[in-house]
Amino acid sequence: MSASVPTREVARRAFATEFNDATYTFKESDDDRAPVYSLLPTGQRANRVFVAGTLTETEDVGDDSEYWRGRIVDPTGTFFTYAGQYQPEATSVLRETETPAYVTVVGKPRTYETDEGDVNVSLRPESISVVDDTTRNRWVVETADRTLDRIEAFDGTNEYATMAETQYGSELSTYRDGVISALEDLEAAADEEIPAEA
Amino acid sequence: MTDLREHAVDIHEQFSDSLDVGVDEIESRLETLVSEYRVPVDEARRSIVSTYLDEADMDREDLSGGTSQSATVADIDTPEEWLDLTVKIVDLWEPGSDSIAQVGLLGDETGTVKFTKWAKSELPELEEGSVYDLEGVVTDEYQGRFSVKLNSATTIEALDTDLEVGDDATDVEGALVDIQSGSGLIKRCPAEDCTRVLQNGRCSEHGDVEGEFDLRIKGVLDDGVEIHETIFNQESTEELTGITLEEAQQMAMDALDTEVVVEEMRETVLGRYYRVAGPTLGRYVLANDIERLGAPTDAERVLIRARSM
Repeated sequence: MSASVPTREVARRAFATEFNDATYTFKESDDDRAPVYSLLPTGQRANRVFVAGTLTETEDVGDDSEYWRGRIVDPTGTFFTYAGQYQPEATSVLRETETPAYVTVVGKPRTYETDEGDVNVSLRPESISVVDDTTRNRWVVETADRTLDRIEAFDGTNEYATMAETQYGSELSTYRDGVISALEDLEAAADEEIPAEA
Repeated sequence: MTDLREHAVDIHEQFSDSLDVGVDEIESRLETLVSEYRVPVDEARRSIVSTYLDEADMDREDLSGGTSQSATVADIDTPEEWLDLTVKIVDLWEPGSDSIAQVGLLGDETGTVKFTKWAKSELPELEEGSVYDLEGVVTDEYQGRFSVKLNSATTIEALDTDLEVGDDATDVEGALVDIQSGSGLIKRCPAEDCTRVLQNGRCSEHGDVEGEFDLRIKGVLDDGVEIHETIFNQESTEELTGITLEEAQQMAMDALDTEVVVEEMRETVLGRYYRVAGPTLGRYVLANDIERLGAPTDAERVLIRARSM
């Protein structure tokens, strides 16, 4: 593929637990404009993700100018998203949405080091949409499926699996268990909503 | 037989019906061009064919390649190839010019393609819904889209059979993760056959023009594995967003800004799941059919998969 026509990065699907564990970032070329990737522990590079969950809290944490933080909760954990003046549309969604609400976010993983030396992963939104529960539930099943795909492909022939094994180790049961509990949670919710047939 | 002799025989075959010219004469003309004037063989051959076409008062398209081969519609990917097709006439259109006898769409199991039958080819009339063996049609390309031409060298045989015509539509689904610039309420150049999208009231071909309003979305569907760029035309944009062209114009007028339309559209459709089906045009899928995807249907399957790992 020609280098002059950059291809759009696929938005990976990962649950919050795995997303927040993706603390290792890398580039694949020395070019200043080369995309930065977060390495998912199940062995995939992610320059962009698509996530869904419940927006539970929003807060303007900016000093001089608006800088909004949103907490988005999925069945496994919490995504933290930050939007400021360079993301005007996402910022206005965080400012104006009444919580709780189901949202989907297209965005880029960002890492930052805390004063204590821990690496935190957050999400810089390209767009935030207020959606209904069917979209959120579809994302849960899709993300479960994609996560299992990655776990299944986690072996020595896979470049990013090898990289993940070096960076994080090969213990993936947390992520498989996350998938199971997310899906069980979905079934439980569905059972509550749909009255038993006579 | 020498190379030149072979070329001469080929050319002779092509003109044997229409010109009284011998293989030796053709070979000697080739010889002159190639040996004396150092013209490459292909160019020499081309030049001689042109000369004979003039003499015979024929067009290059009338020329039988003598090498047409059996093919399917999906095989068509190169212009100026001679092919034999077994096809059904799917649709007949109104010819736009007196030089065209019939124009329309033909297809086989693998897809459909536009065809043109020249008036001077004096070929029999093709009937919509009938199936034919077409021997010696020529492929053509215009702006990346292929068609086939039926000319006087084409033979047509009606078959007493039916054919299932396949469509080359693709079917893609995913989350709508982006709406690209040039979407929403746009203006197109009104010049005939132009339809270019205006940038700041200017058409790149016709300059400053009074544009005509249209609705369009260039979107990206992403399923987490790959992306599909998708174009929604006016009709499918209206269906997708629930905003009609009239409403969009009203919105833009009220706000004194056309951007409000695409902003409203972003809010309604971004970050939701869709399935679209339609033909592909370059790297785009044209969204003729749109389905909003709601609640998941395969949770049970994925749960079983997870538990068995």
